[in-house]
Amino acid sequence: MQKKYSWYSLLKAGLANQDWDKAIPSSKPKSKYDVIIIGGGGHGLATAYYLAKECGITNVAVVEKGYIGGGNTGRNTTIIRSNYLRDEASSLYEHSMRLWEGLSEDLNFNVMFSQRGVYNLGHTLQDMRDIERRVNANVLNGVDAVVVDHKEIKEQIPIINTSKNVRYPIMGASFQARAGVARHDGVAWGFARAASNLGVDIIQNCEVIDIEVEEGRVKGVKTTQGDIMADRVGCVSAGHSSVIARMAGLRLPVESHPLQAFVSEAMKPILHTVVMSNAVHGYVSQSDKGDLVIGAGIDGYNSYAQRGSAKIVEHCAAAILELFPIFSRVRMNRQWGGIVDVCPDACPVISPTKIEGLYFNCGWGTGGFKATPGSGNVFAHTIAQDKQHDLAVPFHIDRFTTGALIDEHGAAGVAH
Amino acid sequence: MFSIHCPYCKEPRDQNEFSPAGEAFIARPENPEALSDEQWADYVFYRTNLKGDHWEQWVHTSGCRKYFLVKRSTISHEVIEVATFEEIDSENAS
Repeated sequence: MQKKYSWYSLLKAGLANQDWDKAIPSSKPKSKYDVIIIGGGGHGLATAYYLAKECGITNVAVVEKGYIGGGNTGRNTTIIRSNYLRDEASSLYEHSMRLWEGLSEDLNFNVMFSQRGVYNLGHTLQDMRDIERRVNANVLNGVDAVVVDHKEIKEQIPIINTSKNVRYPIMGASFQARAGVARHDGVAWGFARAASNLGVDIIQNCEVIDIEVEEGRVKGVKTTQGDIMADRVGCVSAGHSSVIARMAGLRLPVESHPLQAFVSEAMKPILHTVVMSNAVHGYVSQSDKGDLVIGAGIDGYNSYAQRGSAKIVEHCAAAILELFPIFSRVRMNRQWGGIVDVCPDACPVISPTKIEGLYFNCGWGTGGFKATPGSGNVFAHTIAQDKQHDLAVPFHIDRFTTGALIDEHGAAGVAH
Repeated sequence: MFSIHCPYCKEPRDQNEFSPAGEAFIARPENPEALSDEQWADYVFYRTNLKGDHWEQWVHTSGCRKYFLVKRSTISHEVIEVATFEEIDSENAS
């Protein structure tokens, strides 16, 4: 395996008949680790990476039931922003944003992080009041944000429809210039490669089927590739968090729903930024490959099926076409769903549990991708020190008992 | 996309006509004052979120507007059983 990518390694491998080394070695599980991470998505891999890099714990296994990049990490619409309303949430997402800004160099892997800006549109007077409030909160928290009016939006995005003769005319938007997109599965590959370079075992096609608990302490996990012992287990299994929790006899304040997205055929550059609208319920950007990446909302019913209802897609397509009538002839290439675990307050759980040594990082709902590095970072410290990272403290699972919820529906809502 | 047989309209209708209304058999505690914070949190926020055959409530929003029970697979979306609240409760649900 190549330890470091550089112009020299590119030249060397190029001359050697393109004999590329594998980016991630395939590992078989050992019988015991210091820490097991359940779930090899972006958040799980980031947790393992920061455990090894910042906490000095390298005897770590990431156990993934599928393959790296095959779950929600490779299914989302890749939007990254940190303009959340509440202090607790914006601190966490801004922490993540700062890690994104140095991530490609840090991982020695190009995650194609592109700070092309994100517009969150407002269509009613109340939308605009909420946007102003959120922008002011962002500025106070050191997060870059401005309010723009519909004229400025039209100047920046000439193809957008700012006509007043539509059902939900665009009145203005919040704009975060440092926001943007990244190559989603590349993020998983980058973290996986960097973590395994530091000694972490990435074990693919290995499903956890039970969690061993003795006298209130976690002992390890049973998997389809045998038993693995560890004193500390971190669960980062997104849509399947409740399933994993059940193995340890726990319940979680989350429900799993399908979230859908679709991409068009590739086109020449036409949309240079990211446009989101909570009110009409759709978000769109154009990938570097040229396809439009469009995200819809969740279905209201519980599901683990990785597909949703056609009416959600229809609703989203209608919203996108009202914003961008020029896209009406664009043909869609693919459509898919992912399973997201939604918390009642639209904020994640990053927390120890009643079982000693068992930690959960879940409930990111529809917007986990943007938090990938920050989530992994604070979760790694939480596991390593058996004490929540300062930024994770408000996201303790006990907030549902104490009532200290962090209501982010305004900034998170449907469109992340 | 699936269809649901409404037990009141007595015919299968498109899922679009219905709205999901959460996990079934979560009864409001008879004496909320007597509950601990943990029990109240469990009632309000914690859910089974079952992967498998799940009893849940649906309402026929664009039809008779009545609530009823559906047992549906959260893996395949197959509707296995529908019932009214009179027919089934947490005691005799299978």
